[in-house]
Amino acid sequence: MPYIPHTPDDVRAMLDAIGADSIEDLFDEIPAHLKAAGKLDALPEGLSEMEVTRLMSERAAQDAGAVSFIGAGAYQHHIPAAVWEIATRGEFYTAYTPYQAEASQGTLQVIYEFQTLMTRLTGMDVSNASVYDGASGLAEAVLMSLRANRKSKSRKVLVPTALNPRYTSATQAIVENQDVALERVGFDPASGQTPLDVLKPYEGEDFAALVISQPNYFGSLEEVDALTDWAHANKMLVIGVVNPTSLALLTPPGEWGTEGADIVVGEGQPLGVPLSSGGPYFGFMCCKQKHVRQMPGRIIGRTVDMEGKQGFTLTLQAREQHIRRSKATSNICTNQGLAMTAATIYTSLLGPDGLGNVAAHCHANTQALADKLTAINGVERAFTAPTFHEVVLTLPKPADQVLAALAEKDVLGGVSLAKDYGMANAILVNATEVHSEGDLDLFAAALKEVLA
Amino acid sequence: MSETQLIFQLSHPGRSATSQAPKALSDDKLSAIPAHLRRKEKPGLPEVSEMQVVRHYTNLSSKNFAIDKQFYPLGSCTMKYNPRGANRAAMLPGFLNRHPLAPESHSQGFLSCMFELQNFLKEVTGMKGVSLAPMAGAQGEFAGVAMIRAYHDARGDDGRTEILIPNAAHGTNPATAVMCGYKVREVPVGPDGDVDLEALKAACGPQTAGLMMTNPSTCGVFERQIEDIAKAVHEAGGLLYYDGANLNAILGKVRPGDMGFDVIHMNLHKTFATPHGGGGPGAGPVGVSERLLPYLPTPMAGQRDDGSYHWIDTDTLSTSIGHLSAFMGNAGVLLRAYFYARSLGREGMIRVGEFSTLAANYLLKRLEAVGCTAAYPDRRASHEFILTFAKEAKELGVTAMDIAKRLLDYNQHAPTTYFPLLVPECFLIEPTETESKEALDEFVDAMAAILEEARNEPDMVKEAPFTQPVRRLDDVKAARELDLAWSE
Repeated sequence: MPYIPHTPDDVRAMLDAIGADSIEDLFDEIPAHLKAAGKLDALPEGLSEMEVTRLMSERAAQDAGAVSFIGAGAYQHHIPAAVWEIATRGEFYTAYTPYQAEASQGTLQVIYEFQTLMTRLTGMDVSNASVYDGASGLAEAVLMSLRANRKSKSRKVLVPTALNPRYTSATQAIVENQDVALERVGFDPASGQTPLDVLKPYEGEDFAALVISQPNYFGSLEEVDALTDWAHANKMLVIGVVNPTSLALLTPPGEWGTEGADIVVGEGQPLGVPLSSGGPYFGFMCCKQKHVRQMPGRIIGRTVDMEGKQGFTLTLQAREQHIRRSKATSNICTNQGLAMTAATIYTSLLGPDGLGNVAAHCHANTQALADKLTAINGVERAFTAPTFHEVVLTLPKPADQVLAALAEKDVLGGVSLAKDYGMANAILVNATEVHSEGDLDLFAAALKEVLA
Repeated sequence: MSETQLIFQLSHPGRSATSQAPKALSDDKLSAIPAHLRRKEKPGLPEVSEMQVVRHYTNLSSKNFAIDKQFYPLGSCTMKYNPRGANRAAMLPGFLNRHPLAPESHSQGFLSCMFELQNFLKEVTGMKGVSLAPMAGAQGEFAGVAMIRAYHDARGDDGRTEILIPNAAHGTNPATAVMCGYKVREVPVGPDGDVDLEALKAACGPQTAGLMMTNPSTCGVFERQIEDIAKAVHEAGGLLYYDGANLNAILGKVRPGDMGFDVIHMNLHKTFATPHGGGGPGAGPVGVSERLLPYLPTPMAGQRDDGSYHWIDTDTLSTSIGHLSAFMGNAGVLLRAYFYARSLGREGMIRVGEFSTLAANYLLKRLEAVGCTAAYPDRRASHEFILTFAKEAKELGVTAMDIAKRLLDYNQHAPTTYFPLLVPECFLIEPTETESKEALDEFVDAMAAILEEARNEPDMVKEAPFTQPVRRLDDVKAARELDLAWSE
């Protein structure tokens, strides 16, 4: 019996202690006609570990082997071996939410260190223990901004079209049942940025917040200082959506404009979490101190025990569902513990210079890739704004068709912007520190062939 | 055990884990980024060696209780063994390196696992369709109630403003209902742990959008009137939501779909043995009956006639409640659950419900025999049960919290305490099917010893624990003098 230790003697002794004749007797409170016996016929027979491993190894191998330049919110990075060797230690892997603080100081201290790391990367005052992912984190940030903005009664938030469309749609799905409206603001088709011009029509209107994505979905860098000051002048909070790798190089949102962003969220995956088909990742969420009681999710505080010794514990739990029930800030009751643990180890291993070098290589490699690809006849940069580690290119042929042809050559050449932006010939490409000069040349050669 | 320094306190300027970062580039490589968008000072991250990092986090890990180290009978959390083989399989390079937006041509292996997992979950729950998208139980609840709302909205049935919830329910249920724009009406639970059926019937009406409940309930007993409850809610035009927190109790024995539920979520980190990871990640797939199929969250895995697999997304399922994450949810958790399902198979799946129930009933009888008080002594335990220490609290001044803390000194993780809220001074205890009889007996011995201590040395028990890295923590100070990030 997989994972069940009981011998027939154990079972007999246990039933005797209960005073039951059979295990079936233990289900005598369930109406007989509801019982499922014989109904699980569509399930296959059980397999040994060796057999399941063989099966899944074959399946995994089917999906391997291509060189990928897809980013769009999830990025390939080198992950030091130590990161997951430690994160999957049983003591982290098989513990649960630290309800018994005395027996969970390992997890609790890791979270406190994580919170500290995130405040330092973002330049914000406080961080929570993480939420599910970047997109759902934005939904939480939008809901939080409605609670936190005391100057506004609005249930509307301004969201740039140049934000990752997957963030917009997930946020929409999560907030729409609470009568929250996302008002979309356009981008400059020449620069690929969200300029102040597109915000002018909203001047003096009541919105709870403005979302600013740095970099935005196109990889373009926004003029975050001007946008932040504009929002604050119009009594809106600023929700920053940022890439954590980029923060080693770029102005942290806590320093945007005169007052800095109010709430900051983002996808934590670039910090040591594998691509893994989209998850598990983690969303990070930071804010100014004055808004901390409106923040959803687990928060860890440093305190002392009864002997005065330093210790860590869940705090501000009066915000949470297990205490406040229907009045909680969110229904979330966990964080993405393991992924967040991995990120804490990753960030500690890289340090400020290491993370800076990773960010610099991402930027430089993407510049080099764009140069190589735009050297091909008919391939051009779509926008003029400076970029971090992604860039939009226009092709002389339909993007979907070109990407399919590249995939046949085992080159995954980015993401098409046809469906989301109606830019039929545009692709979004990314390179990071993992791409060698040879990889970039391989892409260029394949694209040249496909376009020939 | 000594105080562990923070990683920031180990930092020395200029030190680094040199083999981990690519070489520095000259600043002209960054000339395309305008100076005013650049960070002025580098972030205050730790500057430490690789070995310092490895040693620091390895030492921290040793300060945790974990299933791999201790009996961990947290009620409603299903802390069963997490097979190591599942972890290795999910970490195969082909799975780890697959980008979520990789084309279907490069995703057939992954998609086939997801498609089969959807089908396995349909079969064990008796539902007509399954989406794997929700990233946790609470998000599965959200998806479930959002589908109920989408169903009523699509019919123009917009007078339904209330969700009914038994007062024993998890806090996520009412919090979720509010996130979906509903008001919450609580329904009382009777003295035997079953829902007060008359009160429920009185609460049902044209304003009822649905009922959220767990079965077996959070009282650790099977709700015997489930069919009457389903009938009352359905006759009022509402839908039934099954909170899958306690699915482990009935896996292979009875299916939510057969009980009359319209929508359910499953916690794969409980029932399907994926790790809890110190608080996540989990996975909360949802299953639905026929009438909610159009609203399932996307993306889902589908299969074409030629046997190949594809994504089902909002472009073909426009009635879907949409995406709940940037991509497809916690794929790596789903792969671990797939491994577990394949490893158990049909027979193994049936044994889960049987042996988790056997373990709970055995543990309950043994604990009663050493002087513990069951909250529902006349009922069969499901996979979990409730003890109440109201008597000990009143007569000895020793509370459920004190006993929980003292258990840590006996190297036993404490059960869930003070939940459900309606039973005073309670433990909710869930042993799971993977614990041996000896492990259960050791827990009984520890409880017997602690009850003895409570009678003879109550002041000592009230000061426990004594053997952990820290003594009881000052939670009031933590909340009043907020210290949420380190500063030098």
